[in-house]
Amino acid sequence: MVRERRKHRARKVVLATGAAGNLGRLVVQALHREYDVIAVDRRPISGLPKDVTHLQTDVRLRAIQDVFRTEGLHAVVHLGLLQNPRADVNAYRFNVVGTQRLLELVSRYGVRQFLMLSSANIYGSDPDNSYFLTEDAPLLGAEHHPEIRDLVAADRIVQSFFYRCPEVETVMLRPVHIVGPTVRNPAADYLRLPRPWTIMGFDPMLQLIHEADIVEALMMALRAGTKGVFNVVGPGEAPLSRILEVLGRRPRPIPSSLARAMLRRAWNLKMTGFPPSELRHVQYNCVVDGTRASEALGFKPRHSLRETILSVQDPLI
Amino acid sequence: MTVPSLPVPYTRRRSRLADRLVPERLRAKARHLKANLGEMGVDPFGYDPEVVQYTALPLAWLYERYFRCITKGLENVPDGRVLLVGNHSGQLPFDAMMVATAMILERDPPRIVRSMVEKWVPRLPWVSVFFARVGQIVGTPDNCRRLLELDEAILVFPEGVRGISKTFDRRYRLERFGTGFMRLALETHTPIVPVAIVGAEEQAPSLHNLKSLAKLLGIPAFPVTPTFPLLGPAGLIPLPTRYRIYFGEPMMFEGEGDEEDEVVRGFVAQVQSRLQSMIELGLRERRGVFR
Repeated sequence: MVRERRKHRARKVVLATGAAGNLGRLVVQALHREYDVIAVDRRPISGLPKDVTHLQTDVRLRAIQDVFRTEGLHAVVHLGLLQNPRADVNAYRFNVVGTQRLLELVSRYGVRQFLMLSSANIYGSDPDNSYFLTEDAPLLGAEHHPEIRDLVAADRIVQSFFYRCPEVETVMLRPVHIVGPTVRNPAADYLRLPRPWTIMGFDPMLQLIHEADIVEALMMALRAGTKGVFNVVGPGEAPLSRILEVLGRRPRPIPSSLARAMLRRAWNLKMTGFPPSELRHVQYNCVVDGTRASEALGFKPRHSLRETILSVQDPLI
Repeated sequence: MTVPSLPVPYTRRRSRLADRLVPERLRAKARHLKANLGEMGVDPFGYDPEVVQYTALPLAWLYERYFRCITKGLENVPDGRVLLVGNHSGQLPFDAMMVATAMILERDPPRIVRSMVEKWVPRLPWVSVFFARVGQIVGTPDNCRRLLELDEAILVFPEGVRGISKTFDRRYRLERFGTGFMRLALETHTPIVPVAIVGAEEQAPSLHNLKSLAKLLGIPAFPVTPTFPLLGPAGLIPLPTRYRIYFGEPMMFEGEGDEEDEVVRGFVAQVQSRLQSMIELGLRERRGVFR
């Protein structure tokens, strides 16, 4: 009998995927204060609190199903989307099939909450964008950033899950660029460049959020027991030039066509971790509206814009 | 203990330069512009009043010396949200610049005008940044709605490119008006202030619009004027005609914005005919194109 094999625990059990990542580790630490956590990742996991259960496996494999069957999960926090297009040639399959598989298990084993960390990048940086895109804006990101089409697909899978399994409290967060002392993503790495290149004659508005603030938003969403899609924005918007100025960086402006050609060459030669389409983020706006998250979840970032920007300089822990 | 030195904030460094260049009279005006500034000295849309201080100098020169603008009816512009609806002409948008300058130099308290710019502007290097810093925003309905809800003053030209690129024989005759502005005004309960601009038509009399060449170059219009393209880029300099800018009484329309087209077109026609009669008044009042 399935039920009898369940362990009796004092606290609710949460399964977190992508737990070996820098952000994953922060999320697991935060979850650990309120829940029993099962941390899943394909990579070896280190640096987590002692009583967190580790599971080094692929979410598409059988071992995950055993966890769902035996642990009586309360919530699944899905952070395990491969964001780095260079990391794995099978990233598309991993992200799409992995998300699909988790949702199947969530509905089959009656998990109460499902939370996924998507990204505001899936709206795409575009000259035609209005300011402050709401959650209903079309997801055009993959048009010019082909390497994020799996994120768009995963986002869509979760959107359809709202209708397929309305009884599950499904939450999808679409944060703006996450930066901080520990995270390493293209945005944070860009701000760490000693002489960042910019596109000559362009200075888009950017939104950043501190890694601790997005963890906070995630915890609030879990506690709220709500459902829906939420843009999560940090402490305001700033032109790229002023962000670099706060960091004391001297940018290297390059004409758009030249920058694109150079980056494409470097990318093909595997000399850079920045996909060529990332350039659009420093050329055009992708500014989103976080009103829904602040109203429904009561989310407010704790770090000021200056603190958020300067956090990329803090020594890596 | 040494305190790590943070870079001097952008705004402070700039204003020192502006202090030297821009006369106090103009800086005082720019200082009174209301703005919802964030930590980095710009508002959420990228508008920076410091940059307006810079541009006030050339704009004031154009306004006072070059086009010698005569502005009437500024008291008709309310303090809250308002949609300024103007007639567009003159091949290059000096008319929009002069309306915005009038609102800064002559209105009390001064107000920044947000005009709804063409969709290709954000694709242009430097221009896109400059427009954003002086508060001009891409004319999408979402942007317009959002700004009106923030009680901003928005300038629209419902004739669009049809108006600015029309040839000299059609001067001071309004082209077909779009209806988008009216739907937004109804939806957000915004008063409409018609703005008649007389004088801009003659700054660059267009004899012909080479539409096929414009299409080839990917620009909205390619006018042939007595000076352009004959004199090259210098031919783009407008003639120093005298501008008359008349702000009409606010017009308020009742509705929700999702009315039938006929209803909305009826409202638009009222604005259009008011604007046309204001233009004709301006034409009667002037004694010559340059006087």
